[in-house]
Amino acid sequence: MEKNFEPKIIGIFCNWCTYAAADLAGVSRMQYSPNIRIIRVMCSGRIHPEFILYAFKNGADGVLIGGCHPGDCHYIEGNYKNLRRYLLLKKLLKQFGIEEERLRLEWISASEADKFVKVVNEFTETIRKLGPIPLKKEA
Amino acid sequence: MGKKIEIDPITRLEGHGKIEIFLDDKGDVEKAYFVVPELRGFEIFSLGKPAELMPQITPRICGVCPTAHHMASAKACDDLFKVEVPSAAKKLREMFYNMFMVEDHTLHFYILGGPDFIVGPDAPKAERNVLGVINKVGLEIGKKVIGIRREIRELMTFLGGKVIHPVWAVPGGVSKGIKKDEQKRFIEVAQKAVDFSLFTLKAFKDIVLSNPQYVELIKSDTYTHKTYYMGLVDDKNRVNFYDGWIRVVDPDGKEFAKFKANEYQKYLAEHVEPWTYIKFLYLKDVGWKGFVDGKDSGIYAVAPLARLNAADGMATPKAQEAYEEFFATLGKPCHHTLAMHWARVIEIIYAAERFLELAKDDEITSDKIRNVPKETPKEGFGVVEAPRGTLYHHYQTDEKGLITKANLLVATQNNSARIAMSVEKAAKGLIKGGKVSEGILNMIEMAFRAYDPCHACGTHSIPGRIPIKIIIYNKKGEILEEIKNF
Amino acid sequence: MEKPKIALYWCASCGGCEEAVVDLAEDILTVVEKVDIVFWPVALDFKREDVEKLKDGEILATFINGAVRLSEQEDMVKLLRRKSKLVIAFGACAHMGGVPGLANSQTKQKIFDYYYHTGPIVYNPEKKIPDPEFTKKQGFELPEFYEDVRALDQVIDVDYYIPGCAPPPNVVKNAVLTLLSGNLPPKGKVLASDKALCEECDLNKTKPAEGIKIKEIKRYYEPEKVDPEKCLLLQGLPCLGPVTRGGCNALCIKGNMPCTGCFGPVDGVKDYGAAALSFIASIIDSNDENEIKNIIEKGIPDPIGLFYMYSLPKSLLFRKIIKEE
Repeated sequence: MEKNFEPKIIGIFCNWCTYAAADLAGVSRMQYSPNIRIIRVMCSGRIHPEFILYAFKNGADGVLIGGCHPGDCHYIEGNYKNLRRYLLLKKLLKQFGIEEERLRLEWISASEADKFVKVVNEFTETIRKLGPIPLKKEA
Repeated sequence: MGKKIEIDPITRLEGHGKIEIFLDDKGDVEKAYFVVPELRGFEIFSLGKPAELMPQITPRICGVCPTAHHMASAKACDDLFKVEVPSAAKKLREMFYNMFMVEDHTLHFYILGGPDFIVGPDAPKAERNVLGVINKVGLEIGKKVIGIRREIRELMTFLGGKVIHPVWAVPGGVSKGIKKDEQKRFIEVAQKAVDFSLFTLKAFKDIVLSNPQYVELIKSDTYTHKTYYMGLVDDKNRVNFYDGWIRVVDPDGKEFAKFKANEYQKYLAEHVEPWTYIKFLYLKDVGWKGFVDGKDSGIYAVAPLARLNAADGMATPKAQEAYEEFFATLGKPCHHTLAMHWARVIEIIYAAERFLELAKDDEITSDKIRNVPKETPKEGFGVVEAPRGTLYHHYQTDEKGLITKANLLVATQNNSARIAMSVEKAAKGLIKGGKVSEGILNMIEMAFRAYDPCHACGTHSIPGRIPIKIIIYNKKGEILEEIKNF
Repeated sequence: MEKPKIALYWCASCGGCEEAVVDLAEDILTVVEKVDIVFWPVALDFKREDVEKLKDGEILATFINGAVRLSEQEDMVKLLRRKSKLVIAFGACAHMGGVPGLANSQTKQKIFDYYYHTGPIVYNPEKKIPDPEFTKKQGFELPEFYEDVRALDQVIDVDYYIPGCAPPPNVVKNAVLTLLSGNLPPKGKVLASDKALCEECDLNKTKPAEGIKIKEIKRYYEPEKVDPEKCLLLQGLPCLGPVTRGGCNALCIKGNMPCTGCFGPVDGVKDYGAAALSFIASIIDSNDENEIKNIIEKGIPDPIGLFYMYSLPKSLLFRKIIKEE
């Protein structure tokens, strides 16, 4: 493992819940690992498996998905749609040799800033221990 | 190092095959290598795949004989799940299989192997191809060849989903059946196939067997090897392409072994050489003694000549007649490699007659065409006779039916040692004192072309030449002479 | 007037695409009349040096099938690219890597070990393997076997694609006639339908208006009988028609078996397997994590085999990651 490896984490968060929680954490001056770069989507149901594969291909060492708790989705069913894809994608990633821990889904509501901080810090450390992904270039 | 002669590439075979010939100081052939630079790794990338996907994955080994892999794979899956295939499905599968044998062998005879004989081994190159064949037999016949093949393949598409890479056979049966009003089309086409196969035999007799030079060529020592022979036979020791016992006879024609697919590991072994990617199968008990003939060498042959040698007869009347005539003329067992072309025609007749027999059997319109496997899968073996030889599929899976180990013995591997020998013997017999010529090039080609190796896409060879360039180098590596046939 | 020149070549292929050309049957005569075939190793006598003698761009169109796995294939396709105006990737292997592309889930070492050492009946006490070093000493070259499989456009620039495994006769005929018509489509086009397979499938009308939702995905051997008049998805079979490009007239479905995706994705999709995965996930009828997991375990034990059967080298991740021990 490289010394001083700083994991690159991509977070894809739904606008109504997890992204709001991140905002709340920021406003409340809560500290959390700076390794995460956040992408806001309107709903976790917007997340196509291609986004996650694209993230890994382009250098992400870990991908964190955040959505509303089951039953609380702003668009009713979007988070369930994401859940189904996520479970199947995890199985696929395993076959590609990508450790299960590199992709994580969490339900974080708008008020759960402390959960948000805890998850991000935990996830960053998990990835730090795993090290960078040795992805092969095509050429 | 003496002079080197390179024949690169070989075509109508593996697209990437080549022959390397090395001469000694006298200019005679010291060594010839038949190089097959081809490997894709099917047994390894099949690991973890659901077994029922194998009948769709393994046909991609060869797009000319995908049906052979499709059936061998389906049978291995049946055995894996220990599921009984309903009688109607067995008949459907065997009928489909014989349809495939007819169209594949037919095309090879007229377009790949045919030109060597129909037009002649020393005919001008420009004529040694299917156009020359059509000139000799007539345009009407040429259209008939394309037509019968098209009709059979259209029926195969109708029944099997696709004709290149069928999707049809599943563990326990087949996915689609034949309705009552569809049966007569199959009977119609089968009858055409039988008529055409008999015409093909007549054409062969008229053009080849009535020509004493050709007969001499067939019987010549340059193209003769006394090896063991292997083929699938039914309970009465008659040739069967779809199922039965694997029977091996020795160079004198005596039965040496008879076993079922699941015992192949007791009888067969594979040998490796560093100058080619293909492996060489041989008989374990006799042992690997190098690239030599004879009873003490474990090398054996498969495909039309071998199948006829290993059997006691054919299961259909006209094929049986032709079989008896064949051996009356050439003696049994027949060791003449070029006689494979004749044996292939006899197999077309059998396949067509069997196709007709099964097409007429009303059971093929039954709707009981598959059983659902109930047992936990573990290990399965399947064997068929591909056009180019005996084909084995062997799978092991976990309890979910995912492949944990696969072993595929592809038809040409059975022949690879004998092909290498044939090529070397032809080269040694024909190149003396460093003299090479275009006629010799073709004669060496004929040595491997008779076997019609598995990956050969003979179906699309329109002109029938193999482009060959021979470069003769002296000890200093300077070019002495260059001969091309194009 | 001189006839336009065309060439055909095969890489790591099964020969099915060559058969596909022959399956044009009588139609092949219409094509052959209009062109001059200058290179077709499996059929004609022209050699590499004949291609080398041609001027750059002298060949109008070269059709290449097969994936790229050996050094000899890479050399040849690069040469043909220089000499051709247009290069067309013919068949699923050239288009996306094909079934041989599944080898990107394994390693060259593993393949060699099994083939030449540990296979069930391999007897190789001297531990020989195909060895370009050995053949060099003998005086000839054995091409190198690469670590990975590549689709054609991962090695050279490709102008058009003819999809399918193997491309059916109607697709080949239409593509060739289009290219010879002089009315060239935009570069990079896949020459088949622009719509998904369901559009041309007879069973499309049996899909319910509210969408498909199933509680079970079946393995191919599980149905007792396949109803030929009902969408295969409704019968539990994982048919990839909705995410696969059409043009084949739903041949596999007519054989009562589900589509496995050999024509690849429709336009605009970067990763076929991801699209297929997303689709299959969307028809699972459950919101409960455990129930979803069970449906997946039972019905899709091998996601790569189902979603990337023909397109693994073109997936965003390209190959399975092998950790160095």
